[in-house]
Amino acid sequence: MFSVARQLREKGVLGLNERNADFIMRLNPRRFYPRVDDKALTKELAIAAGMAVPDLYGIIEHQVQVRQFTEMVGDLKSFVIKPAQGSGGDGILVVTGRSERKRDSFRLSSGMLISKGEIEHHISNIVGGQYSLSGNRDKALIEYCVHFDPTFAEVSYQGVPDIRVVVYRGYPAMAMVRLPTRESDGKANLHQGAVGAGVDMGTGVTLKGVLNDEIVEEHPDTGALVSGVEIPQWEFILQTSAKGLEVTGLGYLGVDMVIDRDRGPLILEMNARPGLNIQIANGTGLTNRIARIDEIYDASATPEERAAISRREFKL
Amino acid sequence: MKQRYVYVLAALLAVIGLSVFLYKWQVLGFPLIEDQEKSVWTIESAVHFDSGPGSIKVQLHIPTLTPGFRMLNENSVSRGYGFSINYGSGGREAQWAIRRADGEQTIYYRISVYEDDSVDESDTTPPFPPLPVINEPLKTAADVLVADVRDHSADTASFTTELLRRLNDPSPDPNVELLLSGANSGAEFVDVARTMLASARIPARTVHGFPLAGRQRSASLVSWLEVHDGDRWLYFNPATGESNLPERFLVWWRGNEPLVSVEGGSNVQVDFAIQANHLDAVAIAETQVSQRGASAVGFSLYSLPIQTQAVYAVLLMIPIGALVMVVMRNIVGIDAFGTFMPVLIALAFRETKLLWGVILFTTLVALGLSIRFLLDRLRLLLVPRLSAVLIVVVILMMLISLASHRMGMETGLSVALFPMVIIAMTIERMSVVWEERGAIDAIRAGLGSLLVAIAAYIFMGIAWLEHLIFTFPELLLVILAFVVLVGRYTGYRLTELRRFKELAAK
Repeated sequence: MFSVARQLREKGVLGLNERNADFIMRLNPRRFYPRVDDKALTKELAIAAGMAVPDLYGIIEHQVQVRQFTEMVGDLKSFVIKPAQGSGGDGILVVTGRSERKRDSFRLSSGMLISKGEIEHHISNIVGGQYSLSGNRDKALIEYCVHFDPTFAEVSYQGVPDIRVVVYRGYPAMAMVRLPTRESDGKANLHQGAVGAGVDMGTGVTLKGVLNDEIVEEHPDTGALVSGVEIPQWEFILQTSAKGLEVTGLGYLGVDMVIDRDRGPLILEMNARPGLNIQIANGTGLTNRIARIDEIYDASATPEERAAISRREFKL
Repeated sequence: MKQRYVYVLAALLAVIGLSVFLYKWQVLGFPLIEDQEKSVWTIESAVHFDSGPGSIKVQLHIPTLTPGFRMLNENSVSRGYGFSINYGSGGREAQWAIRRADGEQTIYYRISVYEDDSVDESDTTPPFPPLPVINEPLKTAADVLVADVRDHSADTASFTTELLRRLNDPSPDPNVELLLSGANSGAEFVDVARTMLASARIPARTVHGFPLAGRQRSASLVSWLEVHDGDRWLYFNPATGESNLPERFLVWWRGNEPLVSVEGGSNVQVDFAIQANHLDAVAIAETQVSQRGASAVGFSLYSLPIQTQAVYAVLLMIPIGALVMVVMRNIVGIDAFGTFMPVLIALAFRETKLLWGVILFTTLVALGLSIRFLLDRLRLLLVPRLSAVLIVVVILMMLISLASHRMGMETGLSVALFPMVIIAMTIERMSVVWEERGAIDAIRAGLGSLLVAIAAYIFMGIAWLEHLIFTFPELLLVILAFVVLVGRYTGYRLTELRRFKELAAK
């Protein structure tokens, strides 16, 4: 048991206790949390900083507004409903189409049909706070549904794959691509059964994947090789992630991005407590990279410079 | 820097907690183990006399310094007499006085003592005694004897032994015979020995007391010789010269004055009765606290009303449960619903006992969950739905109690002790996790909660621990120190070793 702990220590693997005590508590001031926990605010800040985000169709804040949902979506074929303060992808409803025959029923990304009433119930659950971190009242965001880029078509099952970059003091430290599976119900969340694939910081090419803490070579549903996929606009993705520090003020941050077919990389959300599975996906620990960033840290560097430095430093 | 503050704070808390604990344990004698009993001897002295016509004043020597024993309490029974305790040359004296009394009088003085090895002769070193004034022809005899004994001894102890041997010689030399001619009683014999020692400038005094052994209806006082060798007091049996006090020898008083003096009475007689019994060590420690005026550190929950004590006996175990929780969460890394839910469930287990507790809890949660899934179809808003779950939980608890009572299982009645709000919240959280992350995650976290609750129950149920925390609440500071330390523990959790095993293998 101790030998395993020692091996992990040598590999520089970051544990939950260390992450919480040494990074989150030290670098992430509590007062900045709303900037990432409230997705409506995140979106506002990101737009102000000139970052690309999915368009917002509407916000539902009160139970009485739930009925306005149909007006908000109008004739839109696809959209996403998500809680502003949700965590771990809970409570997100992805609508990809409408039923041809039945009026007022919508098709989810899973292919399931869902009635307008069921969507309204879901929205009122969101507003009631069922998915919010604190259990308090929440807002439901209705926004643009990303048409995902064909890059990852081979290695994802329904849903939208996203790119998670862990940013330490403004320097991108590690990245992974999260690929939805049948098990994860189209959601790009590792604890729900999505595959995480490490990314070479230098080139933006994917490495091996991890599924439920086990290393995998192939996507469990499509059978395609997870590694060797080149992420487009990698430089831009790293630069946008690096800006996360300026936008949120958080020194230990997870930035989640998706690549839209038409609009390129968009910021989906940011996370003040990014998970540690990214280490398994990359087959290496975070501690060494964090130590390196502490060495080369330069407070005056611009996000673009920081992204370039990370690319150079953490190239495989 | 912050790390250092944490260590300093934890060390400070631990030192304060442990030092108060050690003081209470070692000095005040609070017992580490429950129901520890100590032998307590109660010695009753009864002073009988016939009253004279006028006012009466009775003076009785009572124990002052009692090496090997500590006083628990003392009291006097004397109807109509004024009672006071004074310090005289031979130690404490009890004094009774009355203006007028008729017929035969009996006055009782009672003292309870228990063994305590830490009680020592706390006397200071006595000055050298003045040379005694002895008249001829005794003086010559004394001088010869002392000079002779000094020639045959090396130090105070051997001098005393030699002196006593000569005084006790069945065929004494003429000098000794002369010196002892006036000594008719044991006390007078000791007095002669003391005078001889004083001639050699050795401080000595007579001690009177009795060896305590079981129950004695009438104990007789024994006189021993106490000799100071410059460092400490040595005891000698005047009749044999042996130099160890008998076991459990209680010193009643010192010096040559008579045990009792009665002004205005006659036919004085003093009887001693000894009784041994056992007393809870906590009660003894309690009296220690008040006698030493140590109430600042010696504060004790035993002074609370019994009912409040029972409440605190349970409440004080919650930190133990929290400690288990901290270890399970941050060091082992087990997922559980809610921060303190398992601790509250463990509290309920205390009443239901473990097996029934687990059965009832599982049943309640399982039933609640299935009803919660039914409610979900109704698409209720959050707060009304939570309230509905709560009401269902209460109804289920009631039904379980009724059903188990019908079947003659009284244990089922204790289901009412489960914290229903906590259970309702658990059901709600579990159903959300069930829907969002699947049954496996929900059941795993549910089992995790149960596991932590069982662990907390086991630790909170250790009777010895309960006694320890209740008797030494300052140990909570030590627990606090530990929790603070764990708060800065940045090592891996045990479950992470498995989670990251792929990384370690490479």
